[in-house]
Amino acid sequence: MAETYEKAARMSRTCLLIALLLPLSGRAFAEEPQAERGREVYQKWCTPCHGTGLGKPGTSAAAAHGVKPAVLEQRTDLTPKMIETAVRKGVYFMPRFRKTEISNADLAAIIAYLAHK
Amino acid sequence: MPSLPPGVNRKDFQDAISQFQAAVGKEWVFTSDEDIDLYRDSYSPFWNEPEDPMPSAALAPDGVEQVQQIVRIANKYRIPLWTVSTGKNLAYGGSAPRLSGSVVLDLKRMNRILEVNDRNHYALVEPGVSYFDLYRYTQEKGLNVFIDAPDPGWGSPVGNTLDRGGGHTPLRDHFSTLCGMEVVLTSGDVVRTGMGALPNSHTWQQYKYGFGPYVDGIFTQSNYGIVTKMGVWLYPMPEMRFTGTVSVPKHDDLIPMVDTLSYLMNSNIVLGTTSIASSLRARARDPELIALRSKPGGATTPELEEYLRGKNLPYWSIELPFYGPTEVVPAQWAFAKRKFSAIPGVQFRDGASNKLPPSPEDLAKVANPVPLGVPSLAIFSALGTNGVGHIDFSPITPMTGEAVFEMMDVFDKVSNEMGIDNVLSVIAGTYYPRSFFFLFTFPIVHDVEKNRKTRAAFKRLVEVGAEHGWGEYRTHLAFMDDVANAYSFNNHALLRLHETLKDALDPNGILAPGKSGIWPKHMRKRRV
Repeated sequence: MAETYEKAARMSRTCLLIALLLPLSGRAFAEEPQAERGREVYQKWCTPCHGTGLGKPGTSAAAAHGVKPAVLEQRTDLTPKMIETAVRKGVYFMPRFRKTEISNADLAAIIAYLAHK
Repeated sequence: MPSLPPGVNRKDFQDAISQFQAAVGKEWVFTSDEDIDLYRDSYSPFWNEPEDPMPSAALAPDGVEQVQQIVRIANKYRIPLWTVSTGKNLAYGGSAPRLSGSVVLDLKRMNRILEVNDRNHYALVEPGVSYFDLYRYTQEKGLNVFIDAPDPGWGSPVGNTLDRGGGHTPLRDHFSTLCGMEVVLTSGDVVRTGMGALPNSHTWQQYKYGFGPYVDGIFTQSNYGIVTKMGVWLYPMPEMRFTGTVSVPKHDDLIPMVDTLSYLMNSNIVLGTTSIASSLRARARDPELIALRSKPGGATTPELEEYLRGKNLPYWSIELPFYGPTEVVPAQWAFAKRKFSAIPGVQFRDGASNKLPPSPEDLAKVANPVPLGVPSLAIFSALGTNGVGHIDFSPITPMTGEAVFEMMDVFDKVSNEMGIDNVLSVIAGTYYPRSFFFLFTFPIVHDVEKNRKTRAAFKRLVEVGAEHGWGEYRTHLAFMDDVANAYSFNNHALLRLHETLKDALDPNGILAPGKSGIWPKHMRKRRV
């Protein structure tokens, strides 16, 4: 069990590193309605930490790690796997999100929204 | 494959899972490793250690009837349940159970806002409603209420109140705002407390006590029932918030300063969370100060006062929050200044002044809007950018300057002995009325040895605190036995009473074994 956790944590870190270092060219194709639904889910669950302006610790942490742009919605290099790993495994202070909070359908919508931008 | 609940064989567990599925629907019974992993404590001090508590499954009911069915099934098979509301009790265990193998009862789907009344200023909510949800609702409806949220807004009024959490504004002592609850007992029976027990009453959220013994408190920080609805009082929207800072130049000025603060708070003039700020603590890493303190015999108080005078810094300062009408708040600040003026050399500085509710333009200028009644996650900015979590040692201490001196002296010595950094600590906060609250934040990292050292330091602080009469108000899963053990008057009479209640209300011990150090009879040997 501990091994599984370590592996997950390692994967989480690896994905964050990828996010930091490797702008990816591929973009997931997303249909408009799902992206629109994703925008709503994103506003509810992600904006309090990853939005613009003061008091957004996810954004300020990304900036401190040299991620540009630090606001997730402005990124063009996020892959579905990176987003899924961050949501389900957590990154730094960001905890895991359970399926009762962000369902798989909601997660797919967030991915569609971020990939569609 | 997830572990089994202790004492439950695989066949019984599988039978119970089948019945849980029939009760709540298959998609809301989580048994895969991947799904169960989502319930582990993201901020666990047992990261990568076998003690890291893991559930055996998780269930997500959508209503009180499903909760009733679940407890009946759990009773039949002796399955331990660990209830979470929004599951964001981070630093205290998140959504993880105290006892590995427990089935997490995840109430996040029960997220109905049943009523918000802005004529009498209260809300009736289910456990899955977050402070963000409640705020959005009041904004959408244009309701004249002001929400006191704890630092992170993703928690729930029900869960935070049950854990007796605190906020920043006049109604910051969340337990004090509790007015009526609905509780499912382990028999499956549903109880409504206070005026909720009177079928035709319209005052469930307006009068706390009903008739007879007042039982609401026994369902907080406990494992006697599952709370499925709760009434919480809200504050009428104040017209403004203002802060004014009081600074004093000498070490011993803290004594009259705290006495005056106490007078103002207990008179309901200063209404909110603040804390004593120490300029020496803020400059702890200044080489000049380090050199002064390192000289043979250490620094004397006059030398430290002189050091601060040279930097044009006060010895102590405190930012006072005021909430109220625009005509009243300036008068309250004027009165506070008059009271503090008895301290020679005191200085005052006007701080932020905000109209309430804050405009979008005002909110854009505020780093943390929680004191303005707007839930936020801004607090995580204070925790740095490299950590993976934190836990907090948080004892209640007397509201006197003398107690602050003693507490700082004692905890600084323990910190030095244990080799831990206390720069992040809040020296004396007013999250609760009438007492101080010390907050010692430990970072959690992905390093087993460092986390072991943190746990040892935490336990040492619990012990030393108890020796001085300072007990924690709430704690992480990992230290619940230690903290409960410290409340030991008359051979642990209080814990024995808790256990008597446990045995009466939950004879099979299925609810949250180990919560707050309360174990069911058949597991009681686990107690420290």
